[in-house]
Amino acid sequence: MTRIDRRGFLTAGAASGLAASGLLPAWARSQSVIAPQSGLSGTEFDLTIGRSPVRIDGRPGRAITINGTIPAPLLRWREGDDITLRVTNTLDADTSIHWHGILIPFHMDGVPGVSFPGIRPGETFTYRFPVRQAGTYWYHSHSGLQEQLGHYGPIVIDPAGSDPVAYDREYVIVLSDWTFMDPHRLFDELKKSADSLNYQKRTFADFLADVREEGLGDAIAQRDMWARMRMMRTDISDVTGATYTYLINGHGPQDNWTALFSRGERVRLRIINASAMSLLNFRIPGLAMTVVQADGLNVQPVETDEFQMGVAETYDVIVEPTEDRAYAIVAEAIDRSGMGVATLAPRLGMRAEAPPLRERPLLTMTDMGMGGHAGHDSAMAAGAGMAMDHGSNGNHAAMEHDGPALGTMNHDSMDHGAMVGGGAAMVEHNHPQWPGVANVAMAPISRLDEPGIGLEDVPHRTLSYSQLRSLDPNPDSRAPGREIELHLTSNMERYMWSFDGVRFSEVVEPIVFRQDERLRLTMVNDTMMPHPIHLHGMFFDVVNHEGDHLPRKHTIIVKPGERLSVDITANEVGDWAFHCHLLYHMHAGMMQVVSVRADAESHLNAHAHSGHHAHMTGRD
Amino acid sequence: MARLITSAALALALSAPAFAQEGQWSAADEYYDTVEMDEARRQLQHEGGGTRHLFLQADRLEYQSNDGAPLLVWDAQGWYGGDLNRIWVKTEGEHSLAEDSIEGFEVEALYSRAITPYFDLQAGLRQDFDPDFETTYAVVGLQGLAPYWFEVDGAVYLSDLGDLTAGFEAEYELLLTQRLVLQPRAELSFSAQDVPELGLGAGLSSAEAGARLRYEIDRQFAPYIGVSWQEKFGKTVDFAQLEGEDTHSVSFVLGVRLWY
Repeated sequence: MTRIDRRGFLTAGAASGLAASGLLPAWARSQSVIAPQSGLSGTEFDLTIGRSPVRIDGRPGRAITINGTIPAPLLRWREGDDITLRVTNTLDADTSIHWHGILIPFHMDGVPGVSFPGIRPGETFTYRFPVRQAGTYWYHSHSGLQEQLGHYGPIVIDPAGSDPVAYDREYVIVLSDWTFMDPHRLFDELKKSADSLNYQKRTFADFLADVREEGLGDAIAQRDMWARMRMMRTDISDVTGATYTYLINGHGPQDNWTALFSRGERVRLRIINASAMSLLNFRIPGLAMTVVQADGLNVQPVETDEFQMGVAETYDVIVEPTEDRAYAIVAEAIDRSGMGVATLAPRLGMRAEAPPLRERPLLTMTDMGMGGHAGHDSAMAAGAGMAMDHGSNGNHAAMEHDGPALGTMNHDSMDHGAMVGGGAAMVEHNHPQWPGVANVAMAPISRLDEPGIGLEDVPHRTLSYSQLRSLDPNPDSRAPGREIELHLTSNMERYMWSFDGVRFSEVVEPIVFRQDERLRLTMVNDTMMPHPIHLHGMFFDVVNHEGDHLPRKHTIIVKPGERLSVDITANEVGDWAFHCHLLYHMHAGMMQVVSVRADAESHLNAHAHSGHHAHMTGRD
Repeated sequence: MARLITSAALALALSAPAFAQEGQWSAADEYYDTVEMDEARRQLQHEGGGTRHLFLQADRLEYQSNDGAPLLVWDAQGWYGGDLNRIWVKTEGEHSLAEDSIEGFEVEALYSRAITPYFDLQAGLRQDFDPDFETTYAVVGLQGLAPYWFEVDGAVYLSDLGDLTAGFEAEYELLLTQRLVLQPRAELSFSAQDVPELGLGAGLSSAEAGARLRYEIDRQFAPYIGVSWQEKFGKTVDFAQLEGEDTHSVSFVLGVRLWY
């Protein structure tokens, strides 16, 4: 039932319109770095990691590549095969490859310091493992900040049996964010001035516009709370289009990567967000997309027009273009500061017109963790006036106001779990309250039925996690035996990111799972940013309904102010990295290790009912 | 005493992290060399929040017209350290273009520790290199970001002669566009007693207020123009008049703001 058009693969990388600046088509100009979609297949693979010159939209840069290309070669595996991958490091620093979303023995997972020591310069490391699944995945460096420089590539695993998804032609679409800056310098700038890369802040002119629209009182009231809390409503992405060029299959918007279709074909797009820091809104204006797979696993088909992709998420969609015209493939940054653009066309040489960037979204009170109470921002600020200010007085979550909705809240004597005005439960925050935690979500809510920041009011269909249903029944439908609550925490002003207030550099013991237990991980996002959270080695069963068709994901966005639960079957013994997949958040400490142990009983007793067991030392 | 505090602070701030080994993850040690794994774990954890950074900033590097007695003024600071513990160095001074001489020049070296998400407690030493009179102070201060985005920095100073003084600065940034920024700024100086050697009278001794309009060609490079008003108060005025110094001035300023 599946017919893969190999010709489609071969022409894909080569297909391109005339580049804006050069005489040659982009593929020819930059053929040394553009991977053809034929990729590498079989059971034996040789991969060489090194430095290569690249041209992005005509501008030269230096990348870290695998076999000389950005993205790295498509690896095509078959479910049931035993595969061998020999990875040679020609860099002058250690490197690694992590197989993202792949079920694998932990010591082949490729995380230096967790699953293996890393690959030294000049060394060849051999990965060997059986392929136990099918679908769209990817691979990337887990060493330092190498991922930012091009060290990522797609994996497609063909199923051992028949594919429930029928299609005539397929393309892998690797989305990424490219910078000509040294990523260490970029991180350094974020540490020293966390908002310096944002050129979409609210200005005095925005204030005047608000005054005209809302009146002076409301405009001031609305700003009052955000300014008092030292929060910015435009603080959506740490690194923006001012720094990044958004790539599709290694091509900048000028380079115009092109995929071909014949009218009436079912075209399968395997979309991977391989960005370092960018959540992206994916759409093809004029074409409906049917989502058939999420994070490599099949889902019941759902038709949509746009979806938000967290870093490291993948979606497979089917499109059926019928018109004889070029369609724009658009991956717009969540803060609308830039976009990746490619073309889906019936013939070579066509170029789709990119839609204009839409207006940048603003954070709301819900993003601040005020949950269902929030209502309208201006009303909140003027009326109830809740604020969680950890600043000057050092008092944990001091409620500075006697808002009518909330009365007086004294955290010292606050009854955790008490009900507040609107009816949502107050949340327990028993992680350390210290300079690393600038705010807490007072009333986090489920946001699974929301499409994500900025997509609430677009004039077409959007996808939310609540729409996803696994195609297959879940392999483990046991009720969870216990729940771990984990808070995503930050101090954005100091660019500190952590789980439960503890940066990875301070962690003294991992989160322990008992072998084969079924447990619930509930994450509460105390920060004002969405975090794509990734657990290595095991899937999250996203608790989005009652039933046994929970969508299973390796990476899930936890929205600001959200409380979200996933169930996990801890059937993969070993140590696994667990982190925010925003590269610089991980690098700032938003990471932990999950240790699945056969002998975990004694540990569990010590930490029953809590993910808040990491000790604080307060060192730098 | 001050030296002791400073070196202890340095040791604390710069000591390498040590990780407790009990309870650490170590499953990979069954497959790989334990020594190599230990090194990889140390490296990974260090990268995950333990990195240190160097910040340098010239907040003001400017020409002041100063009622016809023009000055070059600098106000620079920098830190080295992690998220919480840092060594700060701050320097301010002015150079008279008319007399081609340094009028005043001070340097502070401080150990800084975050005590709230937005504020650092700082302690250390300040040295004034006045042409006539050099003074050493012990310093305790608080620096950070106040609600409503005010950057504030306040400190009290105890001199080697036992005189107590204090200073307070606040800055605000008003974004006219994404790159055009108006920065109002105020600075107040106080003295607990008369210090005739330094020309200070008890109480509020002087104030400075200004507004600078900068254009951020790059976030790290922003030329500006502005005005600065300076006024002496109370007995400080009398001391200044005895010395034949100005007690009041309004300056046009032209400068550049830099950071790295």
